[in-house]
Amino acid sequence: MTEHFHSVTLDRDKCKGCTNCIKRCPIEAIRVRAGKACIIEERCIDCGECIRICPNHAKIAVSDTMEVVAKFRHAIALPAPSLFGQFRQEVSPSRVLGALLEVGFDEVFEVAVAAEAVSYAFRRALKLGVARRPMISSACPAVIRLMQVRFPSLLDHIVRIKSPMEVAARLAKERALADGRFKPEEVGAFFITPCPAKVTAVKQPVGTSESAVDGVISMSLIYGEVLTRLDRGREVAPQATAAGIGWGRAGGEAMAVGRGTLLAVDGIHYVISVLEELERGRLGDVDFIEAQACVGGCVGGPLVVQNPFVARVRLRQLAEQHWDKRSVLDMDYLEDRFARGYFDMRGEILPRPVMKLDEDIDRAIVKMKLLEETLERLPGLDCGSCGSPSCRALAEDIVRQDAMETDCIFKLRERVQELAEQVVDLARKVPPAMSTESEKGGEER
Amino acid sequence: MDFVSAGDAAAKVKKTLIQVGMPDGVVRRAAIATYEAEMNIVIHAREGAIKASITSDQVEIVATDVGPGITDISLAMQEGYSTAPPHIREMGFGAGMGLPNIKRCADELDIQSEVGKGTQVRIIIKRSGEGQ
Repeated sequence: MTEHFHSVTLDRDKCKGCTNCIKRCPIEAIRVRAGKACIIEERCIDCGECIRICPNHAKIAVSDTMEVVAKFRHAIALPAPSLFGQFRQEVSPSRVLGALLEVGFDEVFEVAVAAEAVSYAFRRALKLGVARRPMISSACPAVIRLMQVRFPSLLDHIVRIKSPMEVAARLAKERALADGRFKPEEVGAFFITPCPAKVTAVKQPVGTSESAVDGVISMSLIYGEVLTRLDRGREVAPQATAAGIGWGRAGGEAMAVGRGTLLAVDGIHYVISVLEELERGRLGDVDFIEAQACVGGCVGGPLVVQNPFVARVRLRQLAEQHWDKRSVLDMDYLEDRFARGYFDMRGEILPRPVMKLDEDIDRAIVKMKLLEETLERLPGLDCGSCGSPSCRALAEDIVRQDAMETDCIFKLRERVQELAEQVVDLARKVPPAMSTESEKGGEER
Repeated sequence: MDFVSAGDAAAKVKKTLIQVGMPDGVVRRAAIATYEAEMNIVIHAREGAIKASITSDQVEIVATDVGPGITDISLAMQEGYSTAPPHIREMGFGAGMGLPNIKRCADELDIQSEVGKGTQVRIIIKRSGEGQ
């Protein structure tokens, strides 16, 4: 594996080198160079904003294929709650789960069930006050990565509890291994994902040394396969309750966590503004923050098929239908696991100071001064024609020696104009031997 | 009163400090102090400017405004004291925590004010003061 694995990558053939993605990226991690978008690997947080905005579908998310699934004797599908929102209302979750078995899985374990366990763990963590208040949910991997890069001083607000996906993989494997039919290496768990950040979270986990998930399959990839197998008559009764299913949409997580002042924010740019509020110390009255990078929550992921607002309604309806159900995980079981640290993230969530201009603070300050002086000279139109998302970003790139001032088409035009004027001036100059009396006046110098 | 662009200065200061590589604590304290100083200008003054100077050991934030000035600085430093009008309080501002918050973030704080003319707040946040 390379140093920085990313699910979000570029299909070079489709990229036209337009400036849509560079301007949309919340972390200014994309530049256009030689007519193609280039992702600055160490900055990218896999939020998928560029996938959504690209008019040429040149930004893609790399995920695993069903070939990986075939390598395991016993393959368990871990469908994200948002999967249920992808189908028409008359398609019951039991048919969706049944179709997953038809696609090639041997078993299904709903991530929504694990989400119920994580909701419990969040509630307990809130009560115990294990992280700085307001506590920030650890569920959205793009938000965690955003915070590592842009909000390092807020990292101690994150509740260090594993995501529902990780908990689901562990619970599902335990269950599959319980009767001794399989060896641990024969059992594989595969997350059906609405987003690329989850792929990266598995391949290069934060806060956990190794993921329990063996592969991640894009929801858009498996959607067609599921759709054609819905009518094969196979059904698996869903186990999740309303609380778990609700995690698939914005606000559902906070609802499942329950009491207190719970703030739910969705959409990466709104997440940034809420985190800025928090950083200014203005959210002292909030207990818990559910922050989701995608508009609408996971149903708005870049890898879903259905319109997020339609999917959201479906999920809400489904949650209503499963309202009276009891969770398959009882309180004693959850409390026992919580007390043993079963849900805990073991590793650290460290800052990723990738925006720094220089390792040495004095040199960085000199570069910052240079950056600001350069910025003064730039037109301030943020047109993106230079391949950097804004004039400030270009100034930054110049200071980092990744760009030149004449990359700015306005600066270039200015220089060309100056040169042209000089050329004209030079052309007017006549050697003294050839000059006439009338010209002499102007050639005095 | 420009509430829409309020917070821009704090965001800019924060971005600059992160790019320079200041410790997280300095970034956080500077962001809070700048924001509070910025809000004070928005709420109370007619016009004002915020200037941040960065060296490797410290951040100096100077907020200068043209406005009513502060009659009693020691009173203004008390938590909960505010002269903000009711409509500002309804927006969740003017809780009388601005200057006390700045003081909490600052290693050095100097306020010069002339009633009827304006105020200058000078805040110094030291890198060595990290951990306060």
